[in-house]
Amino acid sequence: MLAVQDLYLSFGGIKALQGVSFAAQPGQITAIIGPNGAGKTSLFNAISGFYRPDNGKVIFDGQDITALRPDKRAELGIARTFQNIALFRGMSVLDNIKLGAHTRLKAGVFDALRYFGRAQAEELELRADIEQRVIEFLEIDHIRKAPVSALPYGLQKRVELGRALAMRPRLLMLDEPVAGMNREETEDMARFILDVQEEFGTTILLVEHDMHLVMDICTHVVVLNFGAQIASGPPETVRMDAAVIEAYLGAAA
Amino acid sequence: MITGNLKTSYGADEQVLDNRWKRLFLFSAVLGLGGIAGFGNDYIILIACQMGIMVIAVTGVNVVIGYTGLMSLGHAGFVAIGAYATVIFHNAAGGIIPDGVLTLVAIPFAVAVAALAGIVVGLPSLRVKGLYLAVATLSANFIILFLIEESFSAPWTGGMNGINTPTPNLLGWALDTRREQFILIAALAVLALLGAQNLFRTRVGRAFIAIRDRDYSAEILGISLYRTKLTSFAISAAYCGLAGALFAYFYARILPEQFELQLSLMLVAAIIVGGMGRMMGPVFGVIIIVMVPEAIKVSFGALAGGGAELAMIRAPLQEIAFGALIVGFLLFEPFGITQIMDRALRALNRWPFARG
Repeated sequence: MLAVQDLYLSFGGIKALQGVSFAAQPGQITAIIGPNGAGKTSLFNAISGFYRPDNGKVIFDGQDITALRPDKRAELGIARTFQNIALFRGMSVLDNIKLGAHTRLKAGVFDALRYFGRAQAEELELRADIEQRVIEFLEIDHIRKAPVSALPYGLQKRVELGRALAMRPRLLMLDEPVAGMNREETEDMARFILDVQEEFGTTILLVEHDMHLVMDICTHVVVLNFGAQIASGPPETVRMDAAVIEAYLGAAA
Repeated sequence: MITGNLKTSYGADEQVLDNRWKRLFLFSAVLGLGGIAGFGNDYIILIACQMGIMVIAVTGVNVVIGYTGLMSLGHAGFVAIGAYATVIFHNAAGGIIPDGVLTLVAIPFAVAVAALAGIVVGLPSLRVKGLYLAVATLSANFIILFLIEESFSAPWTGGMNGINTPTPNLLGWALDTRREQFILIAALAVLALLGAQNLFRTRVGRAFIAIRDRDYSAEILGISLYRTKLTSFAISAAYCGLAGALFAYFYARILPEQFELQLSLMLVAAIIVGGMGRMMGPVFGVIIIVMVPEAIKVSFGALAGGGAELAMIRAPLQEIAFGALIVGFLLFEPFGITQIMDRALRALNRWPFARG
């Protein structure tokens, strides 16, 4: 589904990524973990198109997308959320989610100025679709008209997931989906992530510090440290890996 | 009064006029326009026409500044382009196209030319934001006026001396009085507002707001920043072009100095006072911006009896009041009059159970 091959990225003297290679299997949940500053978010930004890698390729569905702009990658079916929520604060929950469907809608400027006719038909169809696929699915029907800036943190995270789901993505990238959440909120989010995988068959790639979540729901784990990939494999083997333990806990004396 | 959510379809839930106070407000506004057209005296008609033209231009400014979050101080340039394009079109095609149709072609022509100019002026917005973009668009304003004033374009534009403007003629109906022109201006202003309102109910307008609120997030959803910003500038300039066309029809003569920075600043001030990124913002803003100087003029005349010495004080006083108004709004009501209206309508809708 998604393959990253030998990715190098540096900012001046800082080597953010040094030869990262992995593949996310279709319909599976892959996690990227590593201590702070390991390059996880840089890797995400390279995959979604904000950073152009110095070397290496990003392959999505057999197509080399390394040179594509972020909006073109979105059209191919890559959706993501951000570590520090990046919702549109001036809008309602509903409008935020509707924006997720932007590339699927067709109305041009002249349809939009007229509204009645093509644009209205499209809007109502979209509304029915996201009500069912997103709002009901994520259990946010009570806040659909609320401005996002008035929502608590956990709900904002959920709305951001909703906006990504409205894109009907084939690859869903979640940057720390449960950061700063309490146990109950984390469990809710884990359930939603598993539901997305099950219901829509979406391939999921996530960055996360919560090891319980990673070990519980992921089938493949990639470990980064100082931009280098130090381990990759199923959770059980990664957990026992000497290099991983050293990166997280320090070397045994 | 709200008694519950009684909507049974998504169509009903997506309505803009979702409570009866809003419907009443709109109904009385349209009735008011009809009243002005039918019974307003010459003075009221004059002021109302000026307001109508301004409302269209400020709606355009609102698209770029209020909704897309791109600062522009060059919109008077687009008004100029609309005005001059109309006059030049009339002079060039006058003999070829019959009089009754000429206006119907000239207005879309002016709008299209302004939209194209908008795309060109919008190009810097792909690279720079905020203050830098304000300066870039500001210089566009100067360049447009320079091109109009220079001797090589003088045969068409009249250069510094300005040029006489034609009378609009709709299929044989010559609009040669201000009252008739008011009907045209009011109708187009209402259509312009409706168009803008519709825009922001669909993907096109939502993409603008997305760029304003968080541009990288918009990009990740598949919104092309290049295309969307330029579309925003084109639509905005098109609105100003329409305002310019009506401006040309309304006044007997147009001069380059009418479209200087002063006008650009007026347009921005109106949107700040009215409420940025809100549909009725331009309307409220223009009412205040036009009425406050008029009110000062009238009340001064009543107090001082039109003495020449006091009239000397009036002009600077007007400027000071204007400045104080804008600072006051920025400080105390940054979302403008629309915000005040929102609160009032909400209170009405909830009365008698809750206030505010």
